[in-house]
Amino acid sequence: MKKVVVIGNGMVGYKFCEKLRKIASPEHVSITVFGEEPRLAYDRVHLSEYFSDKNADKLTLAPLEWYRENQIKLHSGKLIAHLDRTAKTVETHDHQVFEYDQLIMATGSSPFVPPIPGTDKKGVFVYRTIEDLDAIISYGSKVKSAAVLGGGLLGLEAAKAMLDLGLKTHVVEFASRLMPRQLDEAASKALQTSIESLGIQIHLNKSTREIAGNGKLDGLYFADNTQLDVDMLVISAGIRPRDELAHLSDLEVGPRGGIVTNEFMQTSDPDIYAIGEAALYQNMIYGLVAPGYDMAEVAAQHILGREEKTFMGSDMSTKLKLIGVDVASFGDPFCENQAHYPIVFEHKSKGIYKRINLSPDGKLLLGGILVGDAEAYNMLLQTMQNGLSLPPDPEDLILGARGGEGSVGQGVENLPEQAQICSCEGITKGAICQSITEGNLNSVQEVKSCTKAGTGCGGCMPMVTDLFHHTLKSMGKRVKKTLCEHFDYSRQELFDLVKINAIKSYDELLDKYGKGDGCEICKPAVASILASIWNELITEQDTIQDTNDRFLANIQKGGTYSVVPRVPGGEITPDKLIVIGQVAKKYDLYTKITGGQRIDLFGAHLHQLPDIWEELIEAGFESGHAYGKSLRTVKSCVGSSWCRYGLHDSVSFALEIENRYKGLRSPHKLKSAVSGCIRECAEAQSKDFGIIATEKGWNLFVCGNGGAKPQHAQLLASDLDNESCIRYIDRFLMFYIKTAEPLTRTSTWLNKLEGGMEYLKDVVVNDCLGIGAQLEEDMKRTLNVYKCEWKEVVNNPELRAKFTHFINSDEPDESIRFERRREQKVPAEWGK
Amino acid sequence: MISTEAYKTVNEEAVTTWFKAAPVNAFPSNGGTCVQYKGKQIAVFNFSRRNEWYACQNLCPHKMQMILSRGLIGTHQEEPKVACPFHKKSFSLKTGECINGDECSLATYPVKIKDEHVYIGFKE
Repeated sequence: MKKVVVIGNGMVGYKFCEKLRKIASPEHVSITVFGEEPRLAYDRVHLSEYFSDKNADKLTLAPLEWYRENQIKLHSGKLIAHLDRTAKTVETHDHQVFEYDQLIMATGSSPFVPPIPGTDKKGVFVYRTIEDLDAIISYGSKVKSAAVLGGGLLGLEAAKAMLDLGLKTHVVEFASRLMPRQLDEAASKALQTSIESLGIQIHLNKSTREIAGNGKLDGLYFADNTQLDVDMLVISAGIRPRDELAHLSDLEVGPRGGIVTNEFMQTSDPDIYAIGEAALYQNMIYGLVAPGYDMAEVAAQHILGREEKTFMGSDMSTKLKLIGVDVASFGDPFCENQAHYPIVFEHKSKGIYKRINLSPDGKLLLGGILVGDAEAYNMLLQTMQNGLSLPPDPEDLILGARGGEGSVGQGVENLPEQAQICSCEGITKGAICQSITEGNLNSVQEVKSCTKAGTGCGGCMPMVTDLFHHTLKSMGKRVKKTLCEHFDYSRQELFDLVKINAIKSYDELLDKYGKGDGCEICKPAVASILASIWNELITEQDTIQDTNDRFLANIQKGGTYSVVPRVPGGEITPDKLIVIGQVAKKYDLYTKITGGQRIDLFGAHLHQLPDIWEELIEAGFESGHAYGKSLRTVKSCVGSSWCRYGLHDSVSFALEIENRYKGLRSPHKLKSAVSGCIRECAEAQSKDFGIIATEKGWNLFVCGNGGAKPQHAQLLASDLDNESCIRYIDRFLMFYIKTAEPLTRTSTWLNKLEGGMEYLKDVVVNDCLGIGAQLEEDMKRTLNVYKCEWKEVVNNPELRAKFTHFINSDEPDESIRFERRREQKVPAEWGK
Repeated sequence: MISTEAYKTVNEEAVTTWFKAAPVNAFPSNGGTCVQYKGKQIAVFNFSRRNEWYACQNLCPHKMQMILSRGLIGTHQEEPKVACPFHKKSFSLKTGECINGDECSLATYPVKIKDEHVYIGFKE
């Protein structure tokens, strides 16, 4: 049996094990892995996500189980201290000796710390491991400002993390522009503008002379005699290959580091291979994951004596979202040393810059840069890599076809079979399509697990999804969006079935049109459909509701709930404010003003909810439906009654709108706002439907949202009077409620609506389908039966009785723990 | 600190105490609720659609939250399951295994119905 030993359990080391095990069974090849970090291999590409969710498990590439199942011996927390090439053994730091037939060095890299005096001071960090991030988070919570040394890819990601920690953030770059390896001057400028608008200060052309401070740093001194006062520093000035062991064992290393390899990834010792960031191939270190995976494949094949695959260098094309800005660079972005002609598009105020480099005959794409809008990246990369011929007006590639019939066919269907779709895993279009047709795959998820496409950085998922739909269509299969395994219908179909057959309960629908016994996907979706159509009390079918709707409150960490009374338009009397204060005090609730101009009361035990609401209802409050996929708030500015600029009374109109649509259940939450003039203090253009006063009436905007992917609302109709405005909102909302997929916000719905905004206008304003009156009628029927759910519960002893933690005891859940922070309670951090 | 230590699966043969929890009609249909027994929290599910009863620890092992009784129940293929309201981790009601393939699993307890009352089986 062949003994293979792998040093390094990072992404590439792990990938090597996976690839080797796939082609070599445990009977023929034993695999032993040493990782010096205490953790399992994890995804460093998405390391920054750790800042937002602090969940190291999410980054883990494979659980311990995987190593067991694949019979791979893993030694975590073990450093290989010595390599004996003659005896063919490795020795760990605690003197255990292991034999090998073939040795893989996947030792990766370490952050490069430039030789600046003071890097040993407290408050100076690097950005590489989860442990580094923990240290940064802990130190960052105690200080106010931070600088990142290095304006490259990783440096900017680090800067975003500093910003998210609430720190005043600076980026210090030695070169004259950001991301000098990937972007040209103008692209860097565009990126810089976007980054600066977030409040990150960029300092270019700065050579750091000294890190100042007594014991802990308090500032940076630059060579131009300027200085920057900061509380912490994160160094992200590049990487250095980890080649110490190779060096000690007299393997050939490059003058600036890196273990020299041939095209089979063999080092100067043919039984020792180097892969990933530690390997130096033709004087080049590849600091991206895709080439590392390529190397892993080549080495795995070669160990088994296969020589068909060689590493031939790799494309350094990359696309990522930096601080919310799309940045991509592919092929030869600069074309400094080859004849070419560039096409450049720039929109300065939007921070968009696009450049493509064409061959002098205009037939081939050589490379390019995209900043601010990288939607075309995948197609451009494919066009370049496959040498596809360019459209007659190549500028269409970055501008889109503008008018005319001859729009360019640049969809996935036009790609050749050998086009590489997933560059992390090296999967071609042909392989994906084949697995769909031959494996009879029925979901994108299955495609992902069968082919591994999209399991790396995930950037190719839109193309994989397109390919999936396209292939199914070409097989003559109907591409159908079914709800889940229990219903072979889309939400829209179920909506119609419920309405036409006057179905009133989940069980009835499941019996007639479904199979099995339901699940957490179809139950709330059907509950939402039933509520949108009949608007009956959701407490009548409480066990098909998600916990928030079941208990009419928002569940929070620790299992307590938060309570949000409706404050229409954000207008509230002092008396009502006092009641909220009194209730919060009585039940020791954490209070916070929400983004929607209301007050959220956190930390209520389940059994307290009816008592709390009894007091609120007594004072004239009603449910705010913060727990439901339903209308939340209609935010308003103060409007013409007080404001010297106000054109109309935005508060009164907001009140009217909020009271009209309160309790309306929809596929996702609905937010709205009314602004009294174009200054837009209510931020109506970021809402599902927003209304802005004009000289002549109201402008109605629809399909905007904030959240993870903010999108501006678009103008649906202008200068409306109150009645027409409401009529259009009725139609718009009902049309959305009837046709959207579950949990789809209006913006996403519009993006997928064939014909887009023009079509929506046609339906809502021009009534091209002739369903306007019907939509209004449906809305009227639903709104007519509105009742405050909490009022019903408070006055109904049977419903009230459901609000206890235990069925056989009145005691509260004693496992709930709180801490105090800034004079209020917060839940104890949750356990692991 | 809450821990999973207190929760160990009990097989019907091993039951030494049948704890009388509450009358059948106190339990919501096709849903769960929580029973307290000697400091333990047990989630009990009345899967009326299948005419089945299940009991398991109320503690979701993912984030150590006492919550599973408030989860939605259903089936995955034929396997009855509960989904945690916090992050939708799903567990088999029969075996307690995590259906999403994670390593954590639940302790389960036998349930029997006698004289219109729900009894849960313990080994202590």
